[in-house]
Amino acid sequence: MDIKELKEVCRQVRIDIINEVADAKSGHPGGSLSAVEMMVAVYYTQMRVDPKDPKNPDRDRFVLSKGHSAPCLYAVLAEKGFFPKEELKHLRQLHAILQGHPDSKKVPGVDAATGSLGQGISIATGMALGAKHSGKDIKVYTMVGDGEMQEGLVWEASMAAAHYKLDNLTVLVDNNGLQIDGKNDDVMSLGNIADKFRAFGFYVIELPDGNDLEAVIDALNTPTEPGKPKCILAHTLKGKGVSFMEGDFNWHGKAPNEEQRQQALKELEG
Amino acid sequence: MSEKKATRAAYGEALLELAAENDKIVVLDADLSHATMTLKFSQTYPDRFFNCGIAECNMVDIAAGFSTMGYIPFCSSFAIFGTGRAYEMVRNSVAYPHFNVKLCMTHAGITVGEDGGSHQSIEDLALMRVIPGMTVICPCDANETKRAVHAIAEMDGPVYLRLARAASPVFEEEMPFEIGKANVLRDGTDGVMFATGLMVSPALNAAAALAEEGKKIAVVNVHTLKPLDEETVLNMARKCGKVMTLEEHSIIGGLGDAVAATLIGNGDFKFKKVGINDVFGQSGTANDMLEEYGLSDGKVLETARAYF
Repeated sequence: MDIKELKEVCRQVRIDIINEVADAKSGHPGGSLSAVEMMVAVYYTQMRVDPKDPKNPDRDRFVLSKGHSAPCLYAVLAEKGFFPKEELKHLRQLHAILQGHPDSKKVPGVDAATGSLGQGISIATGMALGAKHSGKDIKVYTMVGDGEMQEGLVWEASMAAAHYKLDNLTVLVDNNGLQIDGKNDDVMSLGNIADKFRAFGFYVIELPDGNDLEAVIDALNTPTEPGKPKCILAHTLKGKGVSFMEGDFNWHGKAPNEEQRQQALKELEG
Repeated sequence: MSEKKATRAAYGEALLELAAENDKIVVLDADLSHATMTLKFSQTYPDRFFNCGIAECNMVDIAAGFSTMGYIPFCSSFAIFGTGRAYEMVRNSVAYPHFNVKLCMTHAGITVGEDGGSHQSIEDLALMRVIPGMTVICPCDANETKRAVHAIAEMDGPVYLRLARAASPVFEEEMPFEIGKANVLRDGTDGVMFATGLMVSPALNAAAALAEEGKKIAVVNVHTLKPLDEETVLNMARKCGKVMTLEEHSIIGGLGDAVAATLIGNGDFKFKKVGINDVFGQSGTANDMLEEYGLSDGKVLETARAYF
């Protein structure tokens, strides 16, 4: 796919996110919309996965550590063909495969149960370690949120990733600057995130605009230094693409009503 | 019973046996390999041993990730950290997706001894039992530990294996070990003791002493707390009428409650739980602990004699 087609995928994923959350009448649109370019870029330009063979042992892995952005992950997996798009209409409903947070028992293409923050990056570290140990060329990607980095487990995992020289691991940070209770800096300042990851032994690429698809792809294509896990620190916009959601933490975990859905779709469908 | 040996020591030996048979076995520890007895494994199979440092939560999640790559990770630390500190990782990262991770935690119970109450896990069986899909095993001696380690490697799914620090009696008899199948070690008609872990030995000794006094007390080794062998529990309770449970664990949430839940509504029984009576432990030798909290050979016999 060329960049124009990929941007079209991003637009479609955003539409799916709005519809999923509006249909479910609950969920997390803000942090799903900020993560779109990164997830699309990872799945469409990097990962060796086959939707028809989702359990292939040699596949690359993606772990959504910020599991509340599941609507984005589900939309990308559905676009890729891991399951019918029809499923997106049943997000968060009784007996649906699409749980509020990703459940690897239920969703083809989901390799870990995440959403309890901090755990996904640690699980991904274990996957990368297992991949290294098996001698297979398997790449592991994980996405963490900025607020999530307040969890100590993120740093336990980062320490281990560097210790075990996991240069097959890429950590994407969706740094939209907001969390449920407000700005990161008001709730619990994260300080210099890039310096923190560097200090832990990561090769860090900082993206001033993490919603710039081409920049994200370039960063993913940039090789890490041998023996170092890679961190792509992407400064993103929460609610990206829907004007009234952009930069507003109130849209972290709130569904649009019908009127808001139509307004959002109008903007996205242009 | 002749020699004494800690179940953790048997665990360390069993890992070596397993590793020789199965190259998918990997072992993770959190800077306690000298104590959990994974040290020998780390020296024999250095490329299959992963020391995660003093970070138990991360160790459990790394094991979760490892399991998805086709490996069988055995994860060890002290029970207090592995089931307590890392509880939510065990719950959400391992059990919720039903990953094939074996949580083998040592230094459970009050027989940790001198380290004191902060390090004596008296609630780990309760914590692990309430997690859906978790298999919970507490072996009674070193030999049973070895059989248990081999058995849990054979099954798919998360397991909690509870191991002890203190050396404890080793039974001479060969006992069969099947996950979820309790072993009737001594038959009886006047009462039954359901015991787990290190309490099996005092239960057997008490039953032998009571036999000389004319009371026939059965002893059942409940090595698997979950899934509980409800059939054997019910049959033996119905046959004997008077039921006593024994565990080196809080009387809340462990074997006693598991047996009670099975018996409720299924007959008319006399019932008594013997264990740690909802208090924390303290420093002292392992034997001091057993005596202080009513779990020594002598104290168990006293309690059993008064009860049956």
